[in-house]
Amino acid sequence: MTIEQNDSVVQVKNLKMYFTITRGLLRRKVGEIKAVDDVSFIIRKNETLGLVGESGCGKTTAGRCILRLYTPTAGSIIFLGHDISTVPEHQIRPLRSHIGVIFQDPYSSLNPRHSAGTIAGRPLIIHQMVNNKREYDGRVAELFKLVGLDPSMMDRVPHEFSGGQRQRLSIARALACSPSLVICDEPISALDVSIQAQIINLLEELQERLGLAYLFIAHDLAVVQHISDRVAVMYLGRIVEISNSRELYKNPLHPYTKALLSAIPIPNPRIERTRHRIILKGEVPSPANPPGGCHFHPRCVLATSECAQVNPPLRDVGNGHEVACTRV
Amino acid sequence: MNTLLQVENLKTYFRTYRGIVKAVDNVSFYVNDKEIIGLVGESGCGKSVTMLSVMQLIPTPPGKIVGGKVIFEGQDLLQYKAKGDQMSSIRGGKIAMVFQEPMTSLNPVLTICRQLTETLERHLSMDTHAARIRAIELLKLVGIPAAENRIDAYPHQFSGGMRQRVMIAMALSCNPRIIIADEPTTAVDVTTQAQLLELMKEMVDRYNTSLVIVTHNLGVVAQYAQRIYVMYAGHIVESGLSDDIFENPRHPYTISLLKCVPRLDETIEKRKLIPIKGLPPKLIDMPEYCPFLPRCAYKIEKCKTGPVSVLREVGNQHYISCFVDSQEKI
Repeated sequence: MTIEQNDSVVQVKNLKMYFTITRGLLRRKVGEIKAVDDVSFIIRKNETLGLVGESGCGKTTAGRCILRLYTPTAGSIIFLGHDISTVPEHQIRPLRSHIGVIFQDPYSSLNPRHSAGTIAGRPLIIHQMVNNKREYDGRVAELFKLVGLDPSMMDRVPHEFSGGQRQRLSIARALACSPSLVICDEPISALDVSIQAQIINLLEELQERLGLAYLFIAHDLAVVQHISDRVAVMYLGRIVEISNSRELYKNPLHPYTKALLSAIPIPNPRIERTRHRIILKGEVPSPANPPGGCHFHPRCVLATSECAQVNPPLRDVGNGHEVACTRV
Repeated sequence: MNTLLQVENLKTYFRTYRGIVKAVDNVSFYVNDKEIIGLVGESGCGKSVTMLSVMQLIPTPPGKIVGGKVIFEGQDLLQYKAKGDQMSSIRGGKIAMVFQEPMTSLNPVLTICRQLTETLERHLSMDTHAARIRAIELLKLVGIPAAENRIDAYPHQFSGGMRQRVMIAMALSCNPRIIIADEPTTAVDVTTQAQLLELMKEMVDRYNTSLVIVTHNLGVVAQYAQRIYVMYAGHIVESGLSDDIFENPRHPYTISLLKCVPRLDETIEKRKLIPIKGLPPKLIDMPEYCPFLPRCAYKIEKCKTGPVSVLREVGNQHYISCFVDSQEKI
């Protein structure tokens, strides 16, 4: 285990991120949203960890905690040997040069008034990675080529780019400071089907070439399964299952993972007809008032009275496959 | 089986300052009684405009239906005035529509009750009381718990999935012959998507309604649709039985599209996705002859010499608009 930990890029331990709900003039605290509740995972060099779950399950919050866009309520985030969860505000900036981020919507995450070159090169100036104009221009051109954009497009503004090209530009910006970890927050869900494959392939190529670690946050299990080495499934702020991605697909254990996998349509009518689809009852409960015990028990087919009492911890069932359920 | 809706050579163009956008160009399709069909294509390919044209909901100007026929129960709907009584009684009454965004397609300042009863009062001439009782019934039918209490709620008090259920209830309210669902599950999570698709299937079975599912997600239609139309840049490029489209696609676009999506049931370890080169064409500046030509991996010399024929038959109910007959299996 010690050897494995050494090549870890980021190690998240018991991360908790609670948002308080306030009310009234005095902003009395009336409740808490446990967006991320006791989440632990490791991402190693050259590895992609997929984080899946439905909207509101806390997957984006977990990503933002690693970026320190939020200061976690509790827990530690060990990034390249240093705990970054408690680094004071004014020391955060140097840290961010080591973590890149790609956001979901390439239309709103690029400044419409900046040229493409400025967008991709801005991190270089902020983090003082270049010494002079020539070095800057060279590096920006290099970044453009890296992501498959023509450096002659540097002077154009985002609206002149297509969705796929904009996402390439976002990737160029994320890679500007040669980060070790890139957080991809739904990087392809705003793109057209025929363009998605281009971006997935680009991300895979870049990982191979630059030895990047990815935290790939998405709701589309088929995409996550394709790109990830390991996948963590989140439900209402907790990881319910984490495993190697092949294993997770072939042998899902948690009832929620099973339902989630069965809900994803496969583009083949013959397979679809023979598949057993698990239709979950009801809706995801509000994270402000989650059910006690195992959060999933009110919708679970296997639930017993015990499930309403105890929150099952993740337990290893072999080969690094961990599941948080007492019934399987 | 008799044909309920037949669309022939429908053309919907939009006039803009930069020229004419041929959003829907020579589109023909039909829907049989009690049939579920899928219309698949990427965003901007004209699938929604096709359906809005059938309902005559195209904003005019700039849009205009410039040609074609929409024959429903023996009548050409395009002969009716868009805002006339005849069209209004069909729209929502005989042909109902479920829109993509339940956030924007429900009126935020009216209660769910008001929005449901409006249709009932307009089309079935029910009085207020009867309409309310029917509306509660409808909400129960689509699986909204405590319908009696929730009927007076406003749309923002409902979750995305619940709102879409309200939309389905609204579509069902007048026992329509056809329901057109335009990207009904795009804005919701996968588990909710599965719930909604199952609900729609159950409803069309129970009420003997036909259903047209418009979507960009090939998987969504695979299980439910009997026939599928694939649209690209304003044209239907392939149509056929669902099994044939997925297992024996013949048009290069369909073949490429199926190859570029990751699938859950992939058998090969880390299959490399094969993306489609380039971008979909701008409808204002269409490539000559064949819309897919610049991105096509199967093109032959003949493609560059003349316009591709209209749909030609390549199998049982299987049509493609392409010279190349690629038999490649996926």
